[in-house]
Amino acid sequence: MLYNEPHPLEVRVLTKRMREPGYNGSIDAYLKYGGYKQFLKSVEMTPEQVIEELKVSNLRGRGGAGFPTGLKWSFVPRQSPKPKYIVVNGDESEPGTCKDRVLIENDPHMLIEGTMIGARVFGAERGYIYIRGEYRYLISIMEKAIEEAYREGWLGDNIKGTGINFHLRAHSGAGAYECGEESALLESLEGKRGNPRIRPPFPAVAGLYQSPTILNNVETYCSVPSVLELGGQAYADLGIPKAGGTKMTCLSGHFNKRGVYELPLGFPVEKLINEVGGGVRNGNKMKAFIPGGSSCPTLTGEEAWPLTMDYDSMAKAGTMLGSGGVVLLDETTDMVKAALRIMSFYAHESCGWCIPCREGTAWLKKLLYRLDTGHGNTQDINLVGDLAQNMMGRTFCPLGDAAAMPTIAIVKKFRHEFEAKLAQSTAGAVASPDQLVTIS
Amino acid sequence: MTATEVKTVMLTIDGRTVTAPEGTLLIEVTRKSGIEVPAFCYYEGYSLQAACRMCLVEVEKFPKLQTACTLPVAEGMVVRTQADPVVAARKSMLEFLVSNHPLDCPVCDKGGECELQDMSFRYGAGESRFTEIKVHTPEKQFSPLVYFDAPRCILCYRCVRVCNEGMGVGALGIQYRGVISEIVPNKGDHLDCDECGMCIDICPVGALTSGTYRYKTRPWEMTHVGTICTHCSGGCKTTLGVRNSEIIRANNRDRSGINGEFLCAKARFGWDFQRNEERLTSPLVRKNGVLEEVSWSEALSTVKTKFQEILERNGKFGIIGSAHTTNEENYFLQKFARQGLQTVNIDHHRTGDVPALINALSGKPGSLATTGDLYTTKAALVIGTDLSQQHPLAAFQLRANGRHHQAHVYTVSRGPVREDKYSIGAARYTDASNVFDAIESLREKLKNETELVILFGDVIKGDAVKQLVAFGDSLGIPVKYICLVDAANARGAADMGLLPHLGPGYRSTEKGLAVQDMVADPSLDALWVVGANPLKNGQALAAENAFVVVNEMFLTETAQRADVVFPASSAFEKSGTVTNVTGEVQRLKPAVKKMGTKPDLEIIGLVARELGFNLGVWTNDILFNEIRSTVRGYDVALPIIQTGGAAQSQPINGPVELDGRPELIASHEDTLFTSGTLGRYSKSLTSVLEYPGALYQS
Repeated sequence: MLYNEPHPLEVRVLTKRMREPGYNGSIDAYLKYGGYKQFLKSVEMTPEQVIEELKVSNLRGRGGAGFPTGLKWSFVPRQSPKPKYIVVNGDESEPGTCKDRVLIENDPHMLIEGTMIGARVFGAERGYIYIRGEYRYLISIMEKAIEEAYREGWLGDNIKGTGINFHLRAHSGAGAYECGEESALLESLEGKRGNPRIRPPFPAVAGLYQSPTILNNVETYCSVPSVLELGGQAYADLGIPKAGGTKMTCLSGHFNKRGVYELPLGFPVEKLINEVGGGVRNGNKMKAFIPGGSSCPTLTGEEAWPLTMDYDSMAKAGTMLGSGGVVLLDETTDMVKAALRIMSFYAHESCGWCIPCREGTAWLKKLLYRLDTGHGNTQDINLVGDLAQNMMGRTFCPLGDAAAMPTIAIVKKFRHEFEAKLAQSTAGAVASPDQLVTIS
Repeated sequence: MTATEVKTVMLTIDGRTVTAPEGTLLIEVTRKSGIEVPAFCYYEGYSLQAACRMCLVEVEKFPKLQTACTLPVAEGMVVRTQADPVVAARKSMLEFLVSNHPLDCPVCDKGGECELQDMSFRYGAGESRFTEIKVHTPEKQFSPLVYFDAPRCILCYRCVRVCNEGMGVGALGIQYRGVISEIVPNKGDHLDCDECGMCIDICPVGALTSGTYRYKTRPWEMTHVGTICTHCSGGCKTTLGVRNSEIIRANNRDRSGINGEFLCAKARFGWDFQRNEERLTSPLVRKNGVLEEVSWSEALSTVKTKFQEILERNGKFGIIGSAHTTNEENYFLQKFARQGLQTVNIDHHRTGDVPALINALSGKPGSLATTGDLYTTKAALVIGTDLSQQHPLAAFQLRANGRHHQAHVYTVSRGPVREDKYSIGAARYTDASNVFDAIESLREKLKNETELVILFGDVIKGDAVKQLVAFGDSLGIPVKYICLVDAANARGAADMGLLPHLGPGYRSTEKGLAVQDMVADPSLDALWVVGANPLKNGQALAAENAFVVVNEMFLTETAQRADVVFPASSAFEKSGTVTNVTGEVQRLKPAVKKMGTKPDLEIIGLVARELGFNLGVWTNDILFNEIRSTVRGYDVALPIIQTGGAAQSQPINGPVELDGRPELIASHEDTLFTSGTLGRYSKSLTSVLEYPGALYQS
């Protein structure tokens, strides 16, 4: 099911089939629209050619980091005698991001074909689709699609006489944001506690069961068949230099028309808000703009308007394109509350492995709660920024940074709101201890 | 195997040029260079955690601070451990740590020897900016010996790793996540484990505390005495914390012993037999059928009268020594028997066939393995023992070897053992008749090893020892052996000649009665049992009218049969040396005194004096010198012993006469929680859920 009406400015590459009337995501429907042809094409090509197409396509990892996929695939030691694994990161848990579920729910075979091309390139015989615990209903959709693919001979041994063996399983996470971090995902997939691993070695060299592992986001795998179908150059041309193709963009917050839209890289923010998103609700002014999930440093409205939705433009503005989870906050938003809400999430999701993230997120949550309820003083505002800064770059995995970056940005850009809260507060009762210590 | 050349690299740390083998972890290099990089979670020998972020340092060309515990050094690396960002990072880590750490240092067991205190003192901020309410959960009792105070825990995972990797138990894990993450025991609310307390020792803060030590004292109120554990034959060094002539705890403070960081439940908690209220503190003499407390002089003269009478009528004496008493005591006891009483009836409970092994290795010098060998050997074959329970130090060494050097471990056992889990070849036997079938089944794998240490228990004895050595020879690789014996000085008892056919240094003597013979001999006139309990299974002495003297700490079954009982000092109350299972000689250091008791050496000496025997001066030092000059293999370096080290005794290279009675040899089959008389009177050991445990349950 699709959650929103399509928009004419969308460029439909990944969503081209699912937007067709009556398309139900079954293998029959997928095959009818030319499904699995790109896998067969990849069999005709050499692995080097496939990787070269990916490099030309300027496809960059859609999970949030934006690492060039072709380059990533070229790091995998294909000659290693160890088994290779294909792992799909479907632990979509960055707040504001809801694109992978649209892809899996509506066109699961596109993902399967993407993994098959990966398997073809690396000679991997096993693949796992790791889906976040909260998306349990997607597991049955994915399993049904896998079953169909096995039935029709697109998975299993000697697929369609190509001599390629590939077995795929869907695996449910247990509901942990941390497991979206690739090494924690692998730990979880191996049946362990979802804690991140020390890197190096990177998953490409020693990933699942210490074997070379190709680990990409759902959307990245889904894009691979399109790269082969269109050709690397044509795919690249959909976007802008150094960022090819389209990006599933999730609009949430105070848009008039929230939803998931497929937009080319480099799409202007102004058009994104006013046309695709139907403008800010009630004709309000935009106060803040989060371009790619809650971990991206928050932009003010003024900062956001002239930007374009691509990796470099966002980096220049001091933030990130991230996972494509755009959150718009209008002028009625209480930014202290927003900071508290974001920090509550990270405090809840911190895995507890390293000190700065474990203690820092919890402390910041308490501190922000106090500031939000009108207690504290101006030094506490400094303390928020200071603690977040103390977490930055010192944590084991990026979760600590993810929590610190928006906080630093909000305190810096919306400090006046914190001060205003203090000014209007009266010396009331201190917040109840329960509210302060409960991590929820 | 071809040795791969490890390149030496040159790097700069704080302006100093330092060289180190390429790939060494930076934190190790800094420590060896005398540059302190603080860390909580890094612990040498265990897997890397990089969780505490205390060891962040500045490294040129890296955009972010790097954890020294995970960074291998490379040529030309430029490291700064005192740069401003590093100092700021340490300070902030400590601020984060203390934000939820209770400031109950004044009552915390760890106060005074706490790594968090030390680090806060050196690197922390002088003030607290945290004004919120701390996360708190109540303290939990994991077992009678292990308590856990979650709020104090800094989640360095040392305990989890030492339990999992070091002990091979894995009884600790993490529950929940984020700031409420908590260490949890394997059985939900309690531990079912070795109760070794390694987790307590390794805890940098006061989160894991000892059930026997908690809230008893402040660390600085104790004096610390390094001595040797008196339970099994491992010879672990243990540090006794003593206050007001009372042992408060035993742990492994300086890690200077052959056991490194290891101690098991017996060493850490099982010392409390020493203060059991049932300790004998006065000599007892049987009067009208009842043992009554008497003075030392009365007891001694009773023994003198009786012994003299039996001597005069050329009666039959029997002497049973102990595998727990010191070398000096054992040596002097056999001297008392052979030279004083002129009897050859002397023996002790034998738990392994050491003479047969020495005989079988005649002409093969250097074939007895040491404790150190277990950590370095490429392969080990463990036969007929539940090693983790009966010889926990050897098992610990093998696990560490497997972890650090990928050593291969093979097991031949009559039931599941912990070593199975990481062994690459396991075979089972049912009894001695088919043990060699099991051993043979591993032949092909063993042949491919480059060296081997074979550890064997009491299933291999007599001719089987020779057969085993022949098997070892046939593998075509260098093989070393360890004959596993049970008690703290079992090896020393054999070496000192507490054997009916062998004198000190395994010199042949006229054959006398063995322990079992003495118990069963109706014509025995007198029996002196020094620190043993041959009647523990309830059997009666065949010689109903024999005069029985017993040196004991407790009124054991044997002591109850005695006519005279001398209250003996424990190993924690006396000096002397003991020899562990691998022949390492170490010194006991008296930590406390027990009023009313005397060391066995003194008791034997007093009896000898009463009887007018001229056996020489009987002080420990003089006797040890005599042992060094007369007992083969014991010419060890005195300074090593005197400074608390372990001196390797040299195995005898030559034939040893055997008595041909392997059936006399039997292991005590002690578990991790039993230790004969000592274990029975240790309230700590008997308090744990696992007591008495069972072998082959892994």
